Amino acid sequence: MAEERKLRILIAKPGLDGHDRGARVIARAFRDAGFEVVYTGCHQTPEQIVSTAIQEDVDLIGLSILSGAHRYSFPRIMELLKENNAEDITVIGGGIFPLEDIPKLKAIGIKEIFEPGAKLDDIVQWVRTHVKPRKAMVA
Amino acid sequence: MNIVDQILAGDVRAVARLLRDIDDQMPSAREILKQLYPHTGRAYILGFTGSPGVGKSTLVDQMAMEYRKKGLTVGILAIDPTSPFTGGAILGDRIRMQRHFLDGGVFIRSLATRGHFGGLTKSTNDMITVLDAMGKDIIMVETVGVGQDEVDIANCAHTTVLVTIPGMGDEVQAIKAGIMEIGNIFVVNKADREGSRKTVRELRNLIELGLRRLGDQHWEPPIIETEALKGRGIPELMDAVERHRQYLLENDRSQWEAVTQKRAKTQLLETLREEALAELLRRMESRGVSLDDLVHKVTARETDPYSVVQDLLQCELR
Repeated sequence: MAEERKLRILIAKPGLDGHDRGARVIARAFRDAGFEVVYTGCHQTPEQIVSTAIQEDVDLIGLSILSGAHRYSFPRIMELLKENNAEDITVIGGGIFPLEDIPKLKAIGIKEIFEPGAKLDDIVQWVRTHVKPRKAMVA
Repeated sequence: MNIVDQILAGDVRAVARLLRDIDDQMPSAREILKQLYPHTGRAYILGFTGSPGVGKSTLVDQMAMEYRKKGLTVGILAIDPTSPFTGGAILGDRIRMQRHFLDGGVFIRSLATRGHFGGLTKSTNDMITVLDAMGKDIIMVETVGVGQDEVDIANCAHTTVLVTIPGMGDEVQAIKAGIMEIGNIFVVNKADREGSRKTVRELRNLIELGLRRLGDQHWEPPIIETEALKGRGIPELMDAVERHRQYLLENDRSQWEAVTQKRAKTQLLETLREEALAELLRRMESRGVSLDDLVHKVTARETDPYSVVQDLLQCELR
C-alpha cells in the first residue's frame, strides 16, 4: 500500500512586511512541481513558524523576507528548530539580502539563499536535489 | 519512550510524523494505529462542510477559541484540494487560525485530498484516531470546499455543521439530495449580507420537508446566523452543538451508538476494501497475471470487466 512520499513545504513570511507576492508565486511554483505547500500568510513570528513546521511535519521551510529583519528572525528560527529537535528540517530564504549577510546566514544553517532574479525552475530543481522526505517511523 | 507512548503522552512531533506516515500510506503506520486504537473513542468529532469561501476555517477558528476558554483541548484537520494535474497542493486554511499557533492545547494539521473524493482524505479517519489517542477533547474536521455530493463527513463526525451564505442556495438547490441532507446544524455565515433572512427561511422549509421524509428523526436541525469574523452567533453555535451532543446521548445512548457504529463500519469497510484489493493484486502478480493484459483483452472486447473480476475472485479466493 506504500506510495511515493510527497514533499511537504512551509512557505512563511516572518516579520512585519506585508508584501507576499513573492511568497505566493513560489508557493504556486512548488504546487505545480507536485509538492504540498502550507502557506500561513504574512506577519509570522519565528515561534509561529517553527510551531507550524513541526505540526505540519514539513521537510522544508522557505522564508520569504523583504524587510531586512532576517538578521533577527532567521537566527531565531534556527535556534527554535534546534530547541525542538527539529534541525532535520531544511531552511532556505528568498528575498532581498545585503551581500555580506548571505555567508552569515549560511553559517547558521540556512541551506540556500535565493535573491531577486532567481528562476523558479532553478529553485524547484534545488529542492528536488537537496530535500528528501524522511523515512517512516517504526513502532 | 516508544512511539505509541509518545503519542499517548501528546508529543507533538511524534503525532505530526505519524500523521504524515498515515497520509503516505506507510505500512508501519498501521502497526502503530493498531496499538493506539484501544485508547480512542473519547474525543467529540465535529465536522464543518460547505462550499469554498463560505467561512469554514474562520468558524473553526472561533469555535476552537470557545473550546479553549472552557479548558478543552482541540485537534483540527483542515482539508484543501490537490491539483489533479500536478499532484501538488496549496494548503491555506491555517491563515485563518493563526492565533492558535502557539497554544499547546490546539493541534492543527493541513491535508490535501490527494485524489480522494467525498470531501475528506483517505487518511482522515485514521488521523482522527491519532488525535483522539493523543488526548484531544474536541476534533474539528473542515472538509475541502464541497459541492453537492461530498458527504463522507456525515459518516465520520458526531455533529456535522453545514455552512452556507446568503444567496447561495436557491430553492431548487436546496431540495437536491446529497449535501443538504447531512447537516445536523445549519449555519448561515456572513449573515450581515443581504438575503440572510431569506436563506434561513428557505433552509427552514427544506428541513421541514426533510423531517417529514425521514419520519423518525427527533432532532430538528437548528439554523444559526453567524458573522464568523466578528464572532457573532458563535455562542449560539456552541450551544447548538452541545444540544446535539445531548440529543445523541439521550434515550439509552441509542443515537450515540448509531453514530459511533456508523463510523466504525466506514473505517472497517474502507480498510477491508483497500487491503483486499492490495492482496488480490499481490496474488495476481505472483501468479504472473498481468493487469495490463486483462485491460487489453477487455478493450479488444475479447472479454468484459465483469467476467474478468468473477474469474479472478473464483481463482484467488478459493
